[in-house]
Amino acid sequence: MADTPAGAEAGGAGMPQLDFSTFPNQIFWLVVTLLVIYFILSRVALPRIGAVLAERQGTITNDIAAAEELKQRALEAEAAYDQALLDARSEAGKIVADAKADIQSDLDVQMQKADAEIAAQTAESEKAIGEINAGAADAVKAVAKDTAKEIIAAFGGKADAKTVTAAVTARMKG
Amino acid sequence: MAGEATEGGGLEFHPLDQFEVHRLFGEGPIDWYTITNVTMWMAIAVVCIVLMLVIGTRKRAVVPNRMQSIAETLYGFVYTMVEDVTGKDGIKFFPYIFTLFIFILISNLLGLLPMSFTTTSHIAVTAVLAFAVFFTVTIIGFVKNGAAFLGLFWVSSAPLALRPILAVIEVISYFVRPVSHSIRLAGNLMAGHAVLKVFAGFAQVGLLVAPIAILGVVAIYALEVLVSAIQAYVFTILTCVYLKDALHPSH
Repeated sequence: MADTPAGAEAGGAGMPQLDFSTFPNQIFWLVVTLLVIYFILSRVALPRIGAVLAERQGTITNDIAAAEELKQRALEAEAAYDQALLDARSEAGKIVADAKADIQSDLDVQMQKADAEIAAQTAESEKAIGEINAGAADAVKAVAKDTAKEIIAAFGGKADAKTVTAAVTARMKG
Repeated sequence: MAGEATEGGGLEFHPLDQFEVHRLFGEGPIDWYTITNVTMWMAIAVVCIVLMLVIGTRKRAVVPNRMQSIAETLYGFVYTMVEDVTGKDGIKFFPYIFTLFIFILISNLLGLLPMSFTTTSHIAVTAVLAFAVFFTVTIIGFVKNGAAFLGLFWVSSAPLALRPILAVIEVISYFVRPVSHSIRLAGNLMAGHAVLKVFAGFAQVGLLVAPIAILGVVAIYALEVLVSAIQAYVFTILTCVYLKDALHPSH
């Protein structure tokens, strides 16, 4: 373009912008260009870009929703785990309590049996001791009566059996 | 894009040469159908747009690659702008606004390539863009709102005495819109490119001036990249604002 003489057909050294002879040319090609761009954009480029942007927005929204759901699921799993732990704990407590109660009832039965045995033996023993006591008292009575008769006889008295027995009995009571 | 070499000792700057429209093939007058550098650079813009927005997104990947990411960012940027400025009912004009935005952006950036031709630096181009917006908006305004669209010029919140004066101002400003809309874009780009070329011209002057000139070119180039994007943005957001006026004319 350096070879073209400056504004040769443009009327001297004026601005090429004001050379009206080139206006139809410029306007024609501008209109063609704008129409071409408009059709390419409105038919192909803009719908495509809009679709891509919408798709991306959708993808992002979906991903966020999916992440949210996974998080929810993780929380649920955690809750289930906690619940299971809690259940297991209470189960274990129950088993322990059951076992304790079992043992306790066994123990109670055994204790009762033992108590009854002990009570029976105690009663038997008491009876035996009572018999022995009674035997002993009778023996003492007889011995005391005999002894008293002998002593009275030794002093030269005549022992009245009835009187001696009454005295001995009174003494033994006292 | 350095200027022509010095001829006969004197410096010759041709900062406006880069804006010249010329035939690509053969000689002769430039008819409306002639294939010119305008045609070529607009075609290159179309190819770039197709590469970026169609080829770049053909995989429809959920996780985008670099090109698709750029396309999506542009889409999201313009979509948000249209939605925020014009509201939900402006969304159906999104392809139209996106077409304007991407064409201006790509043309501006392509214009920054050395030896290239900046289609958007021509008032013929920007005026067509601006008047297209102007007529679209005006027609939509009347179709959607009927005569109520004229309420745009009748500032009901102002005191009654002021309203006729304000109406005149509003009408003038409404009709100035396409002019400012187009000259803003063309002017920014043309000025920037011309300044670049002037600095590049100074780069051939001498050892003392050349480094400064080259630094200047770099700095202005960076600025121009910024301006390219900002002007595309400004054009687009103003289109959205005008569209909002058409859809909701009440102040």
